[in-house]
Amino acid sequence: MIRAVTEATAVRTNEGFGSGWRVVARKEFADHLLSGRFLVLTAVLAVAAAGAVFAASGGIRSVAVDAAGVPALFLKLFTVTTDPVPFPLVVFIGFLAPLLGIMFGFDAISGERSQGTLARLLAQPIHRDEVILGKFVGGLAVVALMLTALTVFVSGIGIFRLGLFPEPTEVVRLLVWLLVAIIYVGFWQALATLTSILVPRAATSAMIAVGIWLVLTLFGSFIFRAAASVLANPEDQVSNIRAELLISRLSPYTLYSETSTVLLDPTERATGLLTAQQVDRAIVSNLSLPQSLSVVWPQVVGLLALTAALFAVAYVAFMRQEVRA
Amino acid sequence: MADVKAGTATTVVTHQLTKDYGEIRVVDNLDLKLRAGEIFGLLGPNGAGKTTTILMLLGLVEPTAGSIEVLGLDPSRHPLTVKRRVGYLPDAVGFYDGMTGWENLSFTAQLNRLDNGGRIDELLDEVGLAEARDQKAGTYSRGMKQRLGIADALLKDPDILILDEPTTAIDPEGVAEILTMIRRLADERGVTVLLSSHLLHQVQAVCDRVAIFVRGKVVAQGAPSELASRGGGPEEVEFNTPSTDDKVRSALGQASFVKKLESARLRGNYVARIDRGSTNKLVSALVNGGVQLDGIRRTSDDLDEVYRRYFHQDDQGRD
Repeated sequence: MIRAVTEATAVRTNEGFGSGWRVVARKEFADHLLSGRFLVLTAVLAVAAAGAVFAASGGIRSVAVDAAGVPALFLKLFTVTTDPVPFPLVVFIGFLAPLLGIMFGFDAISGERSQGTLARLLAQPIHRDEVILGKFVGGLAVVALMLTALTVFVSGIGIFRLGLFPEPTEVVRLLVWLLVAIIYVGFWQALATLTSILVPRAATSAMIAVGIWLVLTLFGSFIFRAAASVLANPEDQVSNIRAELLISRLSPYTLYSETSTVLLDPTERATGLLTAQQVDRAIVSNLSLPQSLSVVWPQVVGLLALTAALFAVAYVAFMRQEVRA
Repeated sequence: MADVKAGTATTVVTHQLTKDYGEIRVVDNLDLKLRAGEIFGLLGPNGAGKTTTILMLLGLVEPTAGSIEVLGLDPSRHPLTVKRRVGYLPDAVGFYDGMTGWENLSFTAQLNRLDNGGRIDELLDEVGLAEARDQKAGTYSRGMKQRLGIADALLKDPDILILDEPTTAIDPEGVAEILTMIRRLADERGVTVLLSSHLLHQVQAVCDRVAIFVRGKVVAQGAPSELASRGGGPEEVEFNTPSTDDKVRSALGQASFVKKLESARLRGNYVARIDRGSTNKLVSALVNGGVQLDGIRRTSDDLDEVYRRYFHQDDQGRD
């Protein structure tokens, strides 16, 4: 197999690494946009976003009178909430957006198999890696489109309801956050693609991916706490919390949450545990975007690495798989 | 390309081709030579290794040992060039259900970097799907999908066409249609066709040469008629006559080439086992004996017989 791959790479220069993956990606993109799951997901996201943003703007309004000096007020649309709605928008996306990736990936390869199109597709003059790359890019493009539309939609409601316009730096912060969110969903899409390669039945593949999603996002905090208490000294609270943080940062959800919090709130200056000693007499000031980014740089890189690693695993699994499985 | 299509050039050659899956040897030292422009049938029961062989020819499965040349190239070293010139209809071909027949072909055309929307219509017309071009492929019948698959394989104007079980799961009328189409393609376009099937009697009529493939090995190879005669044993001839049984038996009583004469179920229907090639003698003996002949036909020169014989041998060898 390795021989085949290197030869494919060698030949690629002669035969031209083609536009094959782009053709596949374009088809995937079109397929997803016309699919029923796209409509359902769009509806769910739109309702969630509308609810969250109305709650947030209500919260902002009630304090707006004496909030003249609050930094990055516009971004609060994404990060604060009021009573009936349990989560601010970024948290909503942290929970729900993985479903986008799972939905656009769980039958990526098994679907081709069950429809009997995989053998035909692989018999065309494209490299095998172009198939999986095209599928991943096509799906992620739809995700990017949805998340961008969602951000614009929320900003629009915010501007309309609050008469508040984002500062240029706030726009840049939002764009960076959007990119991080897309990478975060990319992780879930890579995961679902992997299960679609390993598990021939689409339903089983979806169940596995959704199961992992539930464990890492909803029940993650319990599990990490339990794991930390096993590993760390239960007497020492600080070491306990540090261990919990460390373990939880293996989860893309934690990485995404921490990155979002810092990126969308310039007053946020650390992600870990701060003791009273450390913040004593600290001067409250706003961080610039590069400063915020440097705070969460490890998280961003970690998220990117997780996504890339998982895609690489899916890629290798696909390259090694028999055409007839 | 012209020289390949021209005449006696070989287009597919395998040498000692072998594929193991774990302990199991699926293809065992296979030697094949396809001549340009011929229809070659790879015939054998399910599980004989036909599909594995085909996937190796396309570079989709790596051989364990042996070598392959397709149009002079090794498919695992030059997969794209080979796949650009070989059309392939997989076993149980499928299409994207949500796309129309036309859109499915258009996708294939894009993957081949062909800009020929016009040819899609031409090909759909050729396989008899012009009317269904804008129907979703999900609504197609098995036979329609099979025909769409042939159009799909032809889209790149291939030098070689590989058809894996093209007649399976199709009604007899559809089978005849598809086989006629394959014959026409080979004759008109000069395409070399490799087709695999486990239904020998269906495809023998269109094949120029066949290889009988059992448990990864070719047990016989050649033109269908050649294979049928290779056995050398007696052949069976069936004839009907309104004449009496006595007359028939006395007419053939002296004939040494008749090994056995049986009257079949129907009155006046006989089956004679005679020496190979002595049909003519049989007829003159009957006519000279005053027997009136209504009809006569050879029953054992059928490849099915050959097929059974080889399978039978194989079973014995195994036991």
